[in-house]
Amino acid sequence: METIQAFSVIAVALIFGLCGVGTALAFGNLGGKLIESSARQPELAPKLQVQFFLVAGFVDVISIIGVGVSFLIIFANPFLG
Amino acid sequence: MPEYESGTEYIAHHLGFLKYGQKADGSWGIAHTMEEANAMGFWSIHLDSMFMSLLLGVIFMGVFYFVSRKATSGIPGGLQNAVEFIVEMVQTTVKSTFFARNELIGPLALTIFCWIFMMNLMDLVPVDWIPLTAAFIAQDSHLYFKAVPTTDLNITAGFAISVFFLIIFFSIKIKGFGGFLGEFAFHPFGKWALPLNLIMEVPSFLAKPVSLALRLYGNLFAGEMIFMVIALVGLFQLPLHFAWAVFHILIITLQAYLFMMLTIVYLNQAHTEPEAH
Repeated sequence: METIQAFSVIAVALIFGLCGVGTALAFGNLGGKLIESSARQPELAPKLQVQFFLVAGFVDVISIIGVGVSFLIIFANPFLG
Repeated sequence: MPEYESGTEYIAHHLGFLKYGQKADGSWGIAHTMEEANAMGFWSIHLDSMFMSLLLGVIFMGVFYFVSRKATSGIPGGLQNAVEFIVEMVQTTVKSTFFARNELIGPLALTIFCWIFMMNLMDLVPVDWIPLTAAFIAQDSHLYFKAVPTTDLNITAGFAISVFFLIIFFSIKIKGFGGFLGEFAFHPFGKWALPLNLIMEVPSFLAKPVSLALRLYGNLFAGEMIFMVIALVGLFQLPLHFAWAVFHILIITLQAYLFMMLTIVYLNQAHTEPEAH
């Protein structure tokens, strides 16, 4: 029981940390590229923004799922049986 | 209103489905505990997801039918304006991403977008309102009821599998059976690398419905989970709920749009021949 709880907490910490790193890198890249290309061709900015939100949807899927799973592990741990 | 001993119990109760099926002793009925629900095998059905999704589908069709009957070419009213906005949005998306000719795609995209959006929208209804209403109607204070159909993997997988069958159907219809199989066998590297082609193409084809279903389910499940966690913190939950709901509006619209967009893209791939290599 205690062992499972301890390992679950470590798992949650890992999930949160890695999700944060991954999305931070991805969003930094994505937003930077968006601003860069909007500055280069301002007339394309609205079109690029649509694409940006689309890719943003792809990017934050895993991290949001990770947050959901870690809340599941914190509040209703399925491994405790 | 049922009393919960702890936050864990509150969340566990909100994760349960209203499940109808064959119990362990052989009789048919609704599961009243988690153990009963887990003991049910394949022949069971989630009444809450089915009810909510069908209800929302009927509302969607009813509103659109009503507006199309009463549509005027003069100054449109508020409802007609909203419907026209959605239809035009879907139309421009389809026209800019789908290049073959198919009369099914427009209505399909509109249905997918609106239906999924409305099911996702149930996430913004405060977490306890719909379950408590259902519990009040059923006169059973411990009723399991999940209000957001897209937090049920069965619903999202149903959508994804339907789209998957449409992809297969149109691929075979447009390219013939040989052309459909040839895409897996000869596509990236030509016919001399057939096993390699199969290894690369078949999993990526099978991954389409899985990723469609899991993306929608995962996002909505996580969002719902965070709403439940916020609901545990007492009176201070109201500003938190508001903040998360504002962020969540983006997610629910984006996920409905993504599902529609990917459906169109996949069906466009099914309609066009791959370039020769």
